[in-house]
Amino acid sequence: MKPFDGTASYIATPELKIAVNAALTLERPLLVKGEPGTGKTVLAHEIAKALGRPLIQWHIKSTTKAQQGLYEYDAVSRLRDSQLGDPRVLDIGNYILRGKLWEAFTAEAPPVLLIDEIDKADIEFPNDLLLELDRMEFYVYETRQTIRAEQRPLVVITSNNEKELPDAFLRRCFFHYIRFPDEATMERIIDVHFPKLRRDLLRESLTMFYELREVPGLKKKPSTSEMLDWLKLLVAEDLPPEALRTKDGKTEIPPLYGALLKNEQDIHLFERLAFMARRERS
Amino acid sequence: MFTRFFVALRDAKLPVSLSEYLTLLQAVKLGLADYSTENFYHLARGCLVKDERNFDKFDRVFGACFAGLESLFDAIEGEIPEEWLRSLGERLLSDEEKRVIEALGGWDKLMETLRQRLEDQKGRHAGGSKWIGTGGTSPFGADGYNPEGVRIGQAESRHRRAVKVWDRREFRNFDDTMELGTRTIKLALRRLRRWAREGAATELDLAGTIGATARNGGLLDLRMIPERHNKVKILLCLDVGGSMDDHIQICDELFSAARSEFKHLEHYYFHNCPYERLWRDNRRRDQAIDSWRMLNGYSADYKLVLVGDAAMSPYELMEPGGSVEHWNAEAGAVWLQRMLDHFPHAVWLNPTPESHWRYTQSTAIIRRMLGERMFPLTLAGLDLATRSLNH
Repeated sequence: MKPFDGTASYIATPELKIAVNAALTLERPLLVKGEPGTGKTVLAHEIAKALGRPLIQWHIKSTTKAQQGLYEYDAVSRLRDSQLGDPRVLDIGNYILRGKLWEAFTAEAPPVLLIDEIDKADIEFPNDLLLELDRMEFYVYETRQTIRAEQRPLVVITSNNEKELPDAFLRRCFFHYIRFPDEATMERIIDVHFPKLRRDLLRESLTMFYELREVPGLKKKPSTSEMLDWLKLLVAEDLPPEALRTKDGKTEIPPLYGALLKNEQDIHLFERLAFMARRERS
Repeated sequence: MFTRFFVALRDAKLPVSLSEYLTLLQAVKLGLADYSTENFYHLARGCLVKDERNFDKFDRVFGACFAGLESLFDAIEGEIPEEWLRSLGERLLSDEEKRVIEALGGWDKLMETLRQRLEDQKGRHAGGSKWIGTGGTSPFGADGYNPEGVRIGQAESRHRRAVKVWDRREFRNFDDTMELGTRTIKLALRRLRRWAREGAATELDLAGTIGATARNGGLLDLRMIPERHNKVKILLCLDVGGSMDDHIQICDELFSAARSEFKHLEHYYFHNCPYERLWRDNRRRDQAIDSWRMLNGYSADYKLVLVGDAAMSPYELMEPGGSVEHWNAEAGAVWLQRMLDHFPHAVWLNPTPESHWRYTQSTAIIRRMLGERMFPLTLAGLDLATRSLNH
């Protein structure tokens, strides 16, 4: 089996590679946590790309039920059809809608199944999927058939820690926590995304970015993905590095800050800090 | 071969199960660890620990088990160099105290005892302020070295040494020990639930559907209603440090119970009395947060729960500049009143026994300010407090 070794567009730390390969070899779901915007969802895309496997995505919402991932029996359509005298009504199989897990279990090549933001769902959601993820099979009562995965898909599960996951579920997963990248890693990440970025602009923007993350009391610290968005804007606007830093100011509000600061409290906080810094200087 | 490690993890109260351990063995057998300690470390952590808050504990156990000579103490000593401690002792100890240390067997013996005591300690307290050395009666007593005590385990000089991954202990901030004995507290807190049906209609309204279908002449007419959920919002402000050290455990229990029970729970820390600054981290080592910002940030429908012993000198409460740690421009009572004005639903939970309250002037004042909404931090008191918050 081909081991995962990062891709041209995704910098994977050694620990992340160990985690992905362990999940692949052990055939266990990989549970990925980390600050928002550190590339949890992208990881699944990149694994699929690196291993040449199809990607099946299941995005979880607060209303998602575990059963929807297996299959759904559309009783309402069947009832309506029966009232209208539709002949389709005789075969119950016509009203079974396949879910993402079914899709993943029956795919021709073993796919990568992304279960995105599992913590958004109800607290019982992970428990309802225990057996299905463990044995990679489930039973369809309506048609009395068992769906079984011939080749086990690699399951990548992401969580933002909004809810605690049940122990029984965690026990079956391999766990990886994506830490916020340090400056060196960040530089490599940016390099991958903006290969032709001017060195000085990179330095200035990185310094500014890490300074911004250090600002106490920010409601939402800017993340890797926001850094990349911001750089994209800086490049598009063709700003010189000097524009990032006024000659005497550390806490000037950065240009195009909208990409980094996402709520008005943070912007107010930052403006007040900048104001105080100016007042101290004068 | 790793059984000792597994047992040590269990002893450190990490929730590691046998099946996870077997997974690790399987992974090692499949050659995933690649015969490198660091790979093995990452592999073991991914297999055995499923919550980043436990990473720190894991790091400590891993260090103790696999570094042999670099035992638990070394990891901690790395943060406070021994010479530093020694010179501090030389400078501050009286001759008489030095004799006492000699009686204990000198510095090396003292260090040995300290090491043992660190190991005896059941993991780090989440309160964070009960370091060895604040007690005052032990050989590492606060009174002996300096008034603040020798605060072992701070991060400041961590970078002085090249340390191994697990010794870096980068996850210490995630450690929030404790799930013991919180069930009863959770049950008491349950009374604060406020059920509401809001948002997308996702549940079948059976009664409504039957009614509507009947009216529709038998043709199906489905009716949906939104799911019900808990919409209560809690703002928890806890007193840490000083006289609150005696109550760390009960406060931890309250905090971890509340944390799992409420979706909208925000917490802040203060020392003795809330002033113009509050902290998010219980060691109060992080940058303080402006209290104005806190007040602006939360709407009045948050229920304010203050936890503290309310025992302080009356000056700390009534006079500007009365705070024990900094110069406060406005008196604590002003800030407290401001918070009470902003949050109409507020209670003060006091971990000291109710019978002692009347002996402390500051307690009486705060109790009066809250309009008698001060309750003891016991199950019964919590019960009364939740009733009061529901009014």
